[in-house]
Amino acid sequence: MSTISRDEVARVAALARIDLRPEEVDRLAGELDVIVESIAKVNEVATPDVPATSHPLPLTNVFREDVPEPALPVADVLASAPAAEDGRFAVPQILGEE
Amino acid sequence: MTDVTRLSAAELAEALRKRELSSVDATRAHLDRIAAVEESVHAFLHVSGDDALATAQDVDARRAAGEEVHPLAGVPIAVKDVIVTKGMPSTAGSKILEGWIPPYDATLVERIRAAGLPILGKTNMDEFAMGSSTEHSAYGNTHNPWDLDRIPGGSGGGSAAAVAAYEAPLAIGTDTGGSIRQPGAVTGTVGVKPTYGSVSRYGLIALASSLDQAGPVTRTVLDSALLHELIGGHDPRDSTSIADPLPNLVESARRGATGDLSGVRVGVVTELQGEGYQPGVLARFQESLALLEKAGAELVEVSCPHFPYALAAYYLILPAEASSNLAKFDGMRFGLRVEPEDGPVTAERVMAATRGAGFGDEVKRRIILGTYALSAGYYDAYYGSAQKVRTLIQRDFAGAFAQADVLVSPTAPTTAFKLGEKLDDPLAMYLNDVATIPANLAGVPGMSVPNGLSDDGLPVGFQILAPAKADDRLYRVGAALEGALQAQWGGPLLAQAPELV
Repeated sequence: MSTISRDEVARVAALARIDLRPEEVDRLAGELDVIVESIAKVNEVATPDVPATSHPLPLTNVFREDVPEPALPVADVLASAPAAEDGRFAVPQILGEE
Repeated sequence: MTDVTRLSAAELAEALRKRELSSVDATRAHLDRIAAVEESVHAFLHVSGDDALATAQDVDARRAAGEEVHPLAGVPIAVKDVIVTKGMPSTAGSKILEGWIPPYDATLVERIRAAGLPILGKTNMDEFAMGSSTEHSAYGNTHNPWDLDRIPGGSGGGSAAAVAAYEAPLAIGTDTGGSIRQPGAVTGTVGVKPTYGSVSRYGLIALASSLDQAGPVTRTVLDSALLHELIGGHDPRDSTSIADPLPNLVESARRGATGDLSGVRVGVVTELQGEGYQPGVLARFQESLALLEKAGAELVEVSCPHFPYALAAYYLILPAEASSNLAKFDGMRFGLRVEPEDGPVTAERVMAATRGAGFGDEVKRRIILGTYALSAGYYDAYYGSAQKVRTLIQRDFAGAFAQADVLVSPTAPTTAFKLGEKLDDPLAMYLNDVATIPANLAGVPGMSVPNGLSDDGLPVGFQILAPAKADDRLYRVGAALEGALQAQWGGPLLAQAPELV
């Protein structure tokens, strides 16, 4: 039923922020086609009268006491960061040159 | 003295309590065993020998001083690498987290440390728990101790293999669609997925938040009960954690071990047998049913007509949730950072390069599938429909549990397959979880108990499911079946496994 093209895989990979090599795009297009065709069978029984469930247990808002607690030591958190400077995460420039 | 690595956790705990054995000796025996068999099994990604021995020493000193300690104090344990451990690597089987040292402990790890269980190390797994064979680990295969050419199940193949190979008496697993129970089945060990919300998810690297649940991996039903009681219970740091106290699991296991199941209604699920299940798996299942009946249980046939749709719903819900949960691996705050080969080095391009280089094939496949299922124009047809199927599955369970106290099925349709056999066929791999997935969609607890060998000489598992918050029923029925089977075998099933050294 569905057909997932190379372009579609490339578009979704861009949305998911994953660089794919051309051969990965080719392979995924074929694999996802088979998988999506198989899982589309949910539509056989998902009729309009059935409500959707997002969670296994009925949940309402959960609150706890607003008690101040010590945060994680900054040095421990930054120790495993890819880059850090002045007690902060160092990240690449956010905006590209347009 | 007998080889302490062959003792169950309960036996080990008893020997420690009586001070016939020190925790240092018990821990050292397991570290020696790890050193002897890891080359062939590769269950561990990280072995923390010094840390474990320091804990053991501390427990021994406290016991010697007459201090009251936890009953499992000094019993070594292995932890699946998807669970964060302060000061100890936690990769979730992924290159993207290689070298990351978490600055905090998961709640269940805090409880393990507070109780004084030496942590032997972190166990191998499919990357981010995506898989049924542990072959999707970025750090190599784990081998099934029953046959080193075969898979140990997944995603928690490392924890199951470690316990089966006597490298640890206890291990922690996580089960999103069967990742505790299916490895249990194919390695001849016990695995329990508790009721959703009964063991804290704080500090579990999330795969699918509405499905994930940590639980015990052990060689006996009683050991699972002991560990489940230690790690379970309410945690204010997990908003989905159940506030009610746990039922008495150890007592239920001991009660089951008496062998009397009078008054227990056991529902045999029509849809979880037949086509696709190996003849040897079905034969062992029928024999186990007969044993339960002999113990006084009443067998009833129950139908769950929407279970055949569970796998499809799962492979929409899981990738959808995973695509969101794994967005945090972006190369900014922890783990790998890779710069694009050419062009400007902007944050978004670094994210894409990092994720392209750091994620393995199955992770990419599922993130892209999930992103697709959630994207504009497809949401209602895929994710929306899958959520409706989830309702239908929950209704099936409600109907079935009106007729039976527990439901049973084979845990997995086949015994362990050969390494590499299904690696190029994602759909065939997904079919391993056909019997375990419904429990995750409904949040109900499940257990796998080893119930014999198939015609190929490999272990088979028997799955028991109970209503939410009635985990105690698993332990009663599981212990009764275990006792009846071991009486037939003249000992545990694992005694029939080949020696590794």
